[in-house]
Amino acid sequence: MTVHFKQDEPDNSNRLDGMKQGVIGKPLPRIEGLAKVTGTAPYAAEYPIENCAEGVLVTSTITRGEVTSIDRTSVLSMPGVIAVVDDEKLCTRAAQGTANEAPMQGPAQVCYWGQPIALVIAETFEQARDAAKHLKVEYREDAGAPIDPGAVEPEEQEDETVHQGDLSHAMAEAAHSVDVTYTTKGHASAAMEPHAAIAQWDGDKLTVHASLQMLNYNITELADALDMEEENMRLISRFVGGGFGSKLGISEEVVAAALAAKQIGRPVRVVQSRQQVFQTVMRRSETTQRLRLAADENGKLTGFGHEALVSNLPGETFAEPVLQSSHFMYGGENRELMLNVARIHRMTAGSVRAPGEAVGMPALEGAMDVLAEKAGIDPVELRLRNIPEQDPEEDLPFSSHKLAECLTQGAKAFGWDKGPRKPRQRREGEWWIGTGMANAARVHNIAEAKARVTLKADGTALVETDMTDIGTGTYTILAQIAAEMLGLGPEQVLVELGDTRYPRGPGSGGSWGAASIGSAVYIACKAIREELAARLGTSEEELELRESKTAGGEALTDLLGGKDLAREGHYEPGDIEDDYTASGFGAFFAEVRVNHYTGETRVDRMLGAFGFGRVLNAKTARSQCIGGITWSIGVALTEALEFDPRDGHLVNCDLAEYHVPVHRDVPDLQVLLVEERDGAASPIQAKGIGELGMCGGAAAIANAIYNACGARLFDYPMTPDRVLAAIPD
Amino acid sequence: MRPFQYSRAPSLAEASNLTADENALAIAGGTNLLDLMKLQVETPDQLADINRLGFADIEDTDEGGLRLGSLATNTETAVHPRVRADYPVLSRAILAGATQQLRNKATNGGNLCQRTRCFYFTNIDQPCNKREPGSGCGAIDGIAKLHAILGTSEQCIATYPGDMAVALSALGAEVQISGDKGERSVPVRDFHLLPGDTPWIENVLEPGEIITGIVLPAPVGSTQIYRKVRERSSYAFALVSVAAIIELTDGKFSRADFAFGGLAHKPWFDPRFGEALIGQPPSEALFDKAADVLLEDARGYGENDFKIPLTRRTLRAVLAQATEDAA
Repeated sequence: MTVHFKQDEPDNSNRLDGMKQGVIGKPLPRIEGLAKVTGTAPYAAEYPIENCAEGVLVTSTITRGEVTSIDRTSVLSMPGVIAVVDDEKLCTRAAQGTANEAPMQGPAQVCYWGQPIALVIAETFEQARDAAKHLKVEYREDAGAPIDPGAVEPEEQEDETVHQGDLSHAMAEAAHSVDVTYTTKGHASAAMEPHAAIAQWDGDKLTVHASLQMLNYNITELADALDMEEENMRLISRFVGGGFGSKLGISEEVVAAALAAKQIGRPVRVVQSRQQVFQTVMRRSETTQRLRLAADENGKLTGFGHEALVSNLPGETFAEPVLQSSHFMYGGENRELMLNVARIHRMTAGSVRAPGEAVGMPALEGAMDVLAEKAGIDPVELRLRNIPEQDPEEDLPFSSHKLAECLTQGAKAFGWDKGPRKPRQRREGEWWIGTGMANAARVHNIAEAKARVTLKADGTALVETDMTDIGTGTYTILAQIAAEMLGLGPEQVLVELGDTRYPRGPGSGGSWGAASIGSAVYIACKAIREELAARLGTSEEELELRESKTAGGEALTDLLGGKDLAREGHYEPGDIEDDYTASGFGAFFAEVRVNHYTGETRVDRMLGAFGFGRVLNAKTARSQCIGGITWSIGVALTEALEFDPRDGHLVNCDLAEYHVPVHRDVPDLQVLLVEERDGAASPIQAKGIGELGMCGGAAAIANAIYNACGARLFDYPMTPDRVLAAIPD
Repeated sequence: MRPFQYSRAPSLAEASNLTADENALAIAGGTNLLDLMKLQVETPDQLADINRLGFADIEDTDEGGLRLGSLATNTETAVHPRVRADYPVLSRAILAGATQQLRNKATNGGNLCQRTRCFYFTNIDQPCNKREPGSGCGAIDGIAKLHAILGTSEQCIATYPGDMAVALSALGAEVQISGDKGERSVPVRDFHLLPGDTPWIENVLEPGEIITGIVLPAPVGSTQIYRKVRERSSYAFALVSVAAIIELTDGKFSRADFAFGGLAHKPWFDPRFGEALIGQPPSEALFDKAADVLLEDARGYGENDFKIPLTRRTLRAVLAQATEDAA
């Protein structure tokens, strides 16, 4: 029995609080944590499938053109080689998040250096890898493919454009104005688990073990790519070793494994090499962003301009949504916002960790620091003065807005000095020391979700959904929601995820997983409670369940009478999506040291204060936040995709040369969870967490670099060479 | 798969025999070689495992110095009490490289022989004169932020990536080599070669020669500094590194042995740099003057132009640290 709830109104009943079990919000360790750290949790490539052949992708060595011939005989006589697949259904790009249709297919057409063009299958991985390197391919190359985003005429993303009032006039009239241009380099998701798939056919039925974030969309994408019915396929992703956006859509290895397995009549495993993951899956676009801020003498914004240039391949709809939170972060009646896309032949640009705000907020919040200095206003105070009462463009109320609390509580906990701010005031030996802060914002996303909860005759509960846990804690929080609602201990709830046989959720991405699927579980549990209440002749609101018993002392097992009680919860966001602007907000504070001689920057301490609705598990929420802050250190200081200026290939394609922060780069991070109940965000009053922690943090570091050493940088990441070029003597 | 012969060398003579062929390589820790074999950057037909040959001891020499076995691990070397006490620059340099896990496996001999991390060298679908003579240099006009500014050639602008050898160069260590023609000893400063027209020849080892040890001279005391500038605080190669052994007598430099990493195809040792300092009192102006000598022929390739001012500034940092340490 399915219970459908479409949310048109805020739900401020806060029912999870009313249960009073104390399970929800509790900092429980992750249920699957032990299995993961002991190596017993199987990842996609680790399923022991009998008679499995191994496939390795062959990638292009030209930037744009056509594959004119593939000489199979060049490898078919090599030891162990079974076949070469160059089926026109092979995908040449990864699907964008929530694409719900096949990504670009047709391996004969080459659009970027490193694009998959074929698959070699062999008995062993080593045989396949060697053969893939030896496959003779001939091309007809189209010379002159543009690869520099600054060298082509860009396309305007018109739905992002805002012209309101007269910004030029506001700038001219402003007491204080800022007109600066920031750049950010491309980023890689850099998940630990490489993209991998094992495909097996049983007649016309296909089962694929893969590493994916959004099975509900992925099965449609795969069905579309293979031109078959979803009913005949099953996708399994029980454990995902990190996604960070790179596994939102299916990637090339999934379709390749399915086609290969069909072609040779055996299961086939395809694991992308680390270099291939970097070169073929998704990049975050580099950005160039012009910020214009006009303010009156009190620092209140009268004009706001944010124009960005990003890039992608021809044919891709995704454009790094740089302006996403800029639309509502600050007021200013004179507004100019514009997003342009340059069509270039670097690998596909797509969702990478907090697409949009991860790079948009560091630019905006850097510019705000410049404004604070010009206006002579404390940066925290400047931001407090500019919190809009409602969405400045949409005439909508905010679902909730905890920015002021985050700013004041964060400043207090950090020990923010409200005194006059001048750079180069503190020096310890070779090191300049300074502080900086920035706002955090990340839109709240929510989506339709289904989950089945079964209260078993033995008094335990089972939660089933195709939702994934990409390391965020989904298994654990769903157990907590069900336990809280059904009067059970969390250990009495078994959560089964990552299998398309279960009811469909939206998957993990855009930080929408917990609020969406959590609401579906909540709705299913509420329906079970209604049935139990009916059996007791009371109402659901009156029903108290605790320690597997009713308030009257009746055991749940007795009430169930030897039978399972199952309900499917179906959550659908209704008018709440249109009636409110919903976002997580927060504030970052950083203290850094910059070496006077070498330009090296080290983060000494960092604090993030975040308001994102209900905290479902204080430990996993905090872990999400410290992960996000860590990524913001990467954005600020180290992460940069480097593309060859001649053929556009990604050069630094492994974890040794693409610099994510290492442990030593990450100091003790302090997180303040500024909890709230946001009934317009979801029925469980929760919003997304994961990405907020990295949306703006880089600016806190950049602003601290300026405060420390007087180098005002406008280019991320702020590597030693860039700091040295800007540091005063 | 790419077949290759793997043999465990039971003796030095056999190791020499096994690696005498053109397409043979010795393997010890394998931390660099295995990566390169997976990428087919290295494609040996014959691998001689030399891990059973001994050479793992660290022992005093009759001259009062220290002999580091070529098969002693980087970790064992860095934590050795005498290395820490008498050659701290070496301990610091080793610990500034790679990660704990890699250092636990990597050997001293292997560290000397590690290959460049140039992006074009490690991508077999890109040109590289070092990997494929005559194919061109992808790094020139390419992504060359990490690349060399001294001793480059039109064929190659790659850097030697290691840290340990930079300290060994400053210390004036000797590499002990054994081969079918007998044993010989080569100063670390002469062990690595500049690319010239043969960038694929990176050091003086002849086919069949095995490094058996590294000999450190008797300790010199002095202030010893290893300074590595990098883009993240660990697990990153040097943009610039400086190994410095400094002594001041009556306020003037009486010893100034400097070697540099991240600047060239080899650990860079320029005797003129030390000569410019000897007999002079330390000052930023003096260091700048010595840096002028050092960087006289330096040439940037666009992206790595910053290494020239960075080297100067890093030297000032070393000076600041040296005068602080001496005080």
